[in-house]
Parts: sequence; structure tokens; C-alpha cells
Amino acid sequence: MAMPKSARYLTPLIVFGALVLLLVWGLGNDPREVPSPLIGKPVPAFSLPALGDPSRTVSDADLRGTISLVNVWASWCVSCRAEHQALMVLSELPDFQIVGLNWKDEAADALEVLAMTGNPYDLNGYDPDNSVGIHWGVYGAPETFVVDHQGIIRYKHIGPIDRTVWEKKLQPLVAKLQAEG
Amino acid sequence: MKARQKRLVFVGIAVLGVGVAASMALSALQSNIAYFFSPSQVHAGEHPADAVFRVGGLVVTDTLRREGDGLTVRFDVTDNAKIVPVSYTGILPDLFGEGQGVVARGRIGTDGVFYAEDVLAKHDESYMPPEVQDTLHTAHADGVVETAAPSAKPATMTVTQ
Amino acid sequence: MIPELGHFALILALLLALVQSAFPLAGSLSGNRAWMTMARPLAYGQLTLLTIAFAALVQAFLTSDFSVLYVAQHSNTLLPDIYKVSAVWGGHEGSLLLWVLFMAAWGAAVAAFSQNLPLAMIARVISVQGMITIGFLLFMLLTSNPFERLFPVPPEGQDLNPLLQDFGLAIHPPMLYMGYVGFSVAFSFAVAALIGGRLDAAWARWSRPWTTVAWAFLTIGIMLGSWWAYYELGWGGWWFWDPVENASLMPWLVGTALIHSLAVTEKRAAFKSWTVLLAICAFSLSLLGTFLVRSGVLTSVHAFATDPARGLFILIFLCIVVGGSLALYAWRAPEVSDGGRFDLLSRESALLGNNLLFVAFTVLVLFGTLAPLVYEAFNWGKISVGFPWFNKMFLALAPFLAVVLGLGPALRWKHDEPLRVLRSLWWALGLSIAVLALAATPMFDDGGLWVPVGLALAAWVTLSHIAIVRERLKHKGGLTNVRQALMADLRGSGRSFYGMVTAHVGVAVFVVGVTMVSSYNMEVDVRMGPGDSHEIAGYRFEFMGADQVPGPNYIAQRGEFHVYRGKREVAHLFPEKRAYLGGGMPMTEAAIDAGFFRDIYVSLGEPVGTDGDWALRLYYKPFVRWIWLGAILMALGGSLAVSDPRYRLARAGARKPAADSAAAAA
Repeated sequence: MAMPKSARYLTPLIVFGALVLLLVWGLGNDPREVPSPLIGKPVPAFSLPALGDPSRTVSDADLRGTISLVNVWASWCVSCRAEHQALMVLSELPDFQIVGLNWKDEAADALEVLAMTGNPYDLNGYDPDNSVGIHWGVYGAPETFVVDHQGIIRYKHIGPIDRTVWEKKLQPLVAKLQAEG
Repeated sequence: MKARQKRLVFVGIAVLGVGVAASMALSALQSNIAYFFSPSQVHAGEHPADAVFRVGGLVVTDTLRREGDGLTVRFDVTDNAKIVPVSYTGILPDLFGEGQGVVARGRIGTDGVFYAEDVLAKHDESYMPPEVQDTLHTAHADGVVETAAPSAKPATMTVTQ
Repeated sequence: MIPELGHFALILALLLALVQSAFPLAGSLSGNRAWMTMARPLAYGQLTLLTIAFAALVQAFLTSDFSVLYVAQHSNTLLPDIYKVSAVWGGHEGSLLLWVLFMAAWGAAVAAFSQNLPLAMIARVISVQGMITIGFLLFMLLTSNPFERLFPVPPEGQDLNPLLQDFGLAIHPPMLYMGYVGFSVAFSFAVAALIGGRLDAAWARWSRPWTTVAWAFLTIGIMLGSWWAYYELGWGGWWFWDPVENASLMPWLVGTALIHSLAVTEKRAAFKSWTVLLAICAFSLSLLGTFLVRSGVLTSVHAFATDPARGLFILIFLCIVVGGSLALYAWRAPEVSDGGRFDLLSRESALLGNNLLFVAFTVLVLFGTLAPLVYEAFNWGKISVGFPWFNKMFLALAPFLAVVLGLGPALRWKHDEPLRVLRSLWWALGLSIAVLALAATPMFDDGGLWVPVGLALAAWVTLSHIAIVRERLKHKGGLTNVRQALMADLRGSGRSFYGMVTAHVGVAVFVVGVTMVSSYNMEVDVRMGPGDSHEIAGYRFEFMGADQVPGPNYIAQRGEFHVYRGKREVAHLFPEKRAYLGGGMPMTEAAIDAGFFRDIYVSLGEPVGTDGDWALRLYYKPFVRWIWLGAILMALGGSLAVSDPRYRLARAGARKPAADSAAAAA
């Protein structure tokens, strides 16, 4: 009788273990961590007026022939300002271009932010009504896509880019893409 | 001996109680859960014919119509692949808007219209019901992004048409 | 500079927490008195450092220092000052800081007010508190630093979620956290007792007041949340079974079981290992609630901005704290004797019934909350559990609970005679049955089955408590001058008894509120133009039209209503629909005419057509205030019970040994 009695006191621990398994699964299943189904696919065809210069267009053709970081941002998005500094540093690097997708924004506000804090973008598409963002599966800002020389989306990062994200995730990928040519 | 019997009675009652309660809870659960289906799944006929379920997606722009009584609204919900028309009588949530994510709970009528009992709109700029998020991903994967719903600035207020 | 000071204070607090968790505990195990006496100063130091950190964050909000990322995300120069302060805990990082601040405050309170406890016990309790604090401070410093800087500094902040710009919600989280964190004291006492192998009536007496205070705070916190949801969300409901609400309800349910089980352990030295398990579970469920709310595992209408990295951290922390304590339980609890036999008809049985019902309900709520996750894990589809299910579960258990609640306090410990019980309660039983019969007559038109049942149960609980109060006063020798006898009893040793009675009557009041509002509630969605009127439940609502009115940080469409009952005007209401300037978010601000017996409630939907018509929602809510009144009575009862001199005398009497030991250490 001694064994079952002490085993009884283990029940709470076992129940808790099962609960933890479920929660771990739930965490791994987090919708934010689901990789974009666009990864490995060509970028969706699009054509947008450039921010601040409606006569110019930015299109999927601009994303071929070089590595691009496509950064979804907006002037109303505080997290975007948090990553702005990182983007300014990255814009100094010669290996890739940074293409902005100015999303659900007012052109005047967006231009003011760039004038005040510097412009890290080589190109900036203006998408005030989410007409292109929706094809890219954008659901928040900031998001950043890594696109290779052939215009294929290789990676999507949700949330602001900081030093860790760059060093751990983006830089190795960019280096690999460069090696692929 | 007597104490032992009492203890047995206690344990017996407890086990019985737990058993009855658990089976009642589970059977009640079966009739109270609402499954989630995307508009594509509804078109494929995967949804239950006469049970309450949920459908979610984006509200297609320029489809919001108000009926004569001023309270019944109709709008289309899409997962970027298929469209389900929705009818709802009552006050829409604050954050409801065309081009925004929405989840409606209700039944589908024989006319193919989804009659919603309640409508849940996304709650802020960074929140979207994950089910909706998932269906949008799926539609992207199928490469059938056609009926894209251009949306207004973040969380616009639904105003008069 | 000041934000850096706050950050630095957090780092120092972490270092101090490491010392706090190691030395007093090690001292208690090795018998090193000097190490044990470190416990109290360490607890005070922890509180000082966290107060500095918190004050630094408050200062950043009050001065609108948008160079701090968290401030930029949750405040705005237009925000009124009071909401700048409440915005401190309006987001994840700041609310976490508030949480650890309270944790430290509870630790310091234990250090200050438990002078009679053996030094080894205090040392262990403070150490366990220190361990939990380490977890939260690490969590904050590694994943959620509230003092993170933002450069370049934005000229304007993002604004606080308009839903949170409200007085009720400004004080709801602090109350809730006081409750959650307060259970950490019960947890620490339980773990300390398990470590020391000392699980006895004295342990129960020490941890009982702390648990009751924490429970009272949690009761008020949940009540405020319910009240807030009622008037702010504009849906007229008072409980939605939303995962976030459930996360706060589960610790409350187990906490309620715990305070009852502690009573048995204190008075009869029974249920010991069970009580320890409940103490562990109450705090574990508080942590689980935190995990569910902040990890994004479940979606809820009012979740925090979620982040899987944070979720993983909390999960690991949860595993260490809960897994560790349950392992300790599995190891030490079998040695505890569960003494104290009792008969089927005894107060112990009634309290056991209470415990089983509360735990069963907790399990059901947990199951219903996690069911969507379970279904997805097994690939059974994406589901949501509708609130009717939770309501059914509540209705299935609540009547049993109410029956036991009326009976239990009238029973004697260990053994009671059915005839004696019947003699003291027969009139309470008779009157309750009369209420049942009366409420079933057509006089209470179509309220449904639950009106007679609910009212009869409320009557049963109230009347049986009147019966036991009467009996107690008779014993004390005074039925001739009830008032005087009552006051004397209240000054004497009766407070915990009257605390219990107050809390239990609170339950009866709550039951009346729930029964009436769910049976006789009226609501209607209508379209009305200026000059139109609509009648529900005998009240005629006349719509005067809506105007645009500016607010401090929003623009509102404000409707005007006159409400008449017969010819008499009973209310003049101004519901609003606001558009906040900061984030452009729309918000419905319902107008409510509150009354003791009924609320009249109007919320604006949206404008329709071009003639100034609006889609509106009108409500008549009978007895809805009783729901919150009941909760307030429960919390009051808890406070009254804690003020019982039994707990205070013990403290004053034990000053001396504590002073001696301090002298010995010096």
C-alpha cells in the first residue's frame, strides 16, 4: 500500500506535465511563427508609385538582379522608428538594396519622417490602401522580406530588425545568397 | 472497519460525481463549440449544414449594404479566394470596417447567405484573429489572390454609406 | 538619465533577489542565524529598489519622455495626467514592473507583520519569494525592458488604447495583481512548510490572513473588470468567459477553495496535504493566466501585444516554479499525516464539498479555455467554446454550492446530529421553500425555471446565516439587546465569524443579481431618428438627436435621450461614440442610469441614412448592480475576517522573541 499512496502525490505533477506539453505545442503553433507561404515563391507582381514622386513607379522588376530587403513601414508605426536606426546602418552596406513599402500611410507624414531621421531606402513604393501589401500577406508593420537575385522571396521577418536579428538571421542569409550569385 | 466503509462511500460518491460531471460537460461541449471555416471551405461544402459555425476573412470593399430597416447589414467576406455573403442584424462592433478582418458566428441559409448571430472585428492595428491570418496565408499559397480588398487607413470608423 | 536610473535599480534588484533567494534559505537549512536574519532587510531593500524603478517609469510618463520606447508606445501629450499614470501599467512591460513591485511589497509586508513567526520559517518564505522575483526580473530585463530607449525621439506618442482610458480600468489591474501576487505569499508559505517538513495548524494560522487578503484583492479586481466590461464595451454584458477573464477567475476559484481548506487545517489539523496543494495551485494558476494572456497561445479580445519569445520564457519559468513545487510536494507530502477524522454530517464534510465543487469548476473552466488548443493539437479543427457552455457548467454546480453554503456554517466540527441541525434551521428551510413556491407562481411572469431556484437559494443562504448569527448571540448571552451583543462580539473574537457571514451574504446578493439580470434583462437594437421614441420594460426612450462634441483627446458624436416611466422623466442620458485622435480608434461610450434595482443603458451604434438617424441599442437591466455589490460584500467579509484579533494578538505577543533573536544575532 505504501507505493500507491506516495504515487498519489505524483498525480498533480503528471497532470501539470501534460498541460505543459500542450502549451509547448500551442506556443510552437503560434500564428506569428508560421512561415509565410510565399517563401520560395517569386514576389507577387506589382506596380506602385514611388513615395514622393508619383511619376516614378516601383515594381517587381526592380527586385531582380540584386538582393533586396523589402521593408514594410509607416510613419504611424513606432516599432518602425525603433528599427530605423538599424536600417540606416544597413543602408551603408553595398551588398543589397533596401526597398521600402510605405504601407497604409500618408505620403506627407512619411516624407517628413524620412526628412527628419534620414532615408535608408534605395526605393520606396507608396501603398496607402494596402493594395500591394495584401498580396504580400502583410498584416502589420514592420515586416521585412529578403528577396534574392531572381526575385524569389527567401525569408520573412515579422517585427523590427535589431542587431540580434541582423546578425543571427538576416546576415547569414544575405551572405549565402551572395555566394549563390 | 466503519471508518473504512465511510471512506469507501466518500470515494465512491466522488468518483461517480466526477464521472457524471465529466460526461455531462463533454456532451454539452459538443453542442456548444463552433468550428471555424474559411470562405473556400464553405464553398467546398465542408461546413455543417444546420449547425452554428464561424466564418472569417476580410470584408470586401464596397459590399457593405444596409437594408431598409436600418439594422440589417449585408457584406461579403473573402479569404482572397472565395466569397461568402453575410447578413447580420444589429449593431456592428466599433472596429468593423471594409477591408478589415472579421469573424462571424452563425448559420448558413439555403440561399447561401451566412446569417450571423454575432460579428467580431479585429481589435487593434496589430491584432487579427489568427484563423483569419491562417486562411489568408493559405489563399496566398494557392496563388489565387484575386479579390484583394484595398483597405483604408488603420482602423477606420464605419460611417454612413 | 532617470530612465537609466530605473533600469539600474532593476538590475540591482535582480542581484539582491539572488542573494535573497540563497542566503536566508541556506541559513535555515544549516542553522546559520546571521544568514537567516538577512531575510527581513533584504525584503525591505527589494521593495526600495523596485519603488525607485517604478517611480522612474511614472516620471517618464508624466513628463511625456518619448525617448523611452514604452512611453512612446503607450502615451501621448494629449492624454490627461491620471491616464498618463495608469498608462504605466497599460502595456506588457509596465504591468510586469507593477507586478514585481507588488511582489516586493508583499514580501516586505510579510517581513514586517510576521514578527511572531520562527526565524527559519520567515527566512524560507522570503527566500522563496526571492526566487519568484528572480524569474520576473530576468523576464523583464531580458525580454521586456520598460526603460528601453528609442532614437530618434518621436515628437508624439502613439496614445494609450482608448479602451484603457477609463477610471475603472486604471485601478482594475493593480487590484488584480495584488491578488495574483498575494497568492505568491500563500505559495511561499506552503513551499517553506514543505521544505521544513512543518505542516501543522500553526502554519495554517500564519498563512491564512495573507491568503484572505490576497483573495479579497482578487475579488475586487475581478469585480472591477466585470464592471468595466459592462459599461465600457457597450455590449451590456458583465461576464464574457473570455480567456483573459477565465485566467483571472481560475486563481480566484482555487483561492476560494484554499481559504476554506485553510480553515479546516487551522481548526482541525485536517486536509493538510490538500491545503498545500491548493496553495501551490492558486499561484500556479495565476502564473498560467499570465502565460495565456501574454504568449498569444490563445486569442482574446483584450490580450496584451503578444510575443512567442516572451511566451517561451514564461513557460520555462512556469515549469520551474510549478514543476519544482509539485515535485517537492510529491516528495514531502506523503510524510504528512492527514489526521482529524470526521463524520458525514460535519462541518469538515461541508467544507470538503465546497472544495470539491470549486476545484471541479476550476477544472471545467480550464478545460473550456484550453479546449481550442486541444482540438487544434489533435487536428480536430479550429473551434471556439461558446459562452453558453460555461454558463451551463456554472448553473450545474452553483445550486449545489449554494445548498452546501447555507448548511455548512450551521454544522459542528467533526460530528453533528441531523435533528439538532434541523431544529436550528427548520424555519430558514421553510421560508426558502416558501420563496421557491412564490417565485414559481405567475406573479413572477415568465422568468423561467431559474428565477424560483435562484431566489430560493439566495434566501436559503441568507436565512441560514441569520439563524447561525442568532444562535451565536444566544450563546453569548444576549438576545435581549442584539445590537449591543453584536458590537461586543465584533470588538471581541467574533470578527472572523462575522467576516464569513458578510462574505456568504455577499454570495446570496450575487446570486440574486445574476438570477434577475439573466431572467428579466431586456435589450433591443433599434433605428431611431430625432424625436422618435421606443419603449422597453415600461421605460420610454426619447431620442433628441446627436451632436458633435470635442473632448480632450477625441471627438465625440453625442446622443441625447430622455427616459420616461409613465409621465415622469427618470433619466437624461448622453451616450457617445468617440474617435480618438491618437490612433484614430473609434469607441462606444455607453450612457447608463444606474439604480439599486435596475440600470437603464443606451449605447450608440452608428449613424444610418442622412436624416440624423442612428442604430442604437437600448437595455433594461434589473438588479445588475447586485452582482458587483455581492463581490464587494465578499471582499469586505474577507477584510473583516483578517482584522480578527486572533491574528493580531499573536503578533503583539511574539514581539519579544523576535527582539531577542535580533539581539542574539548582533
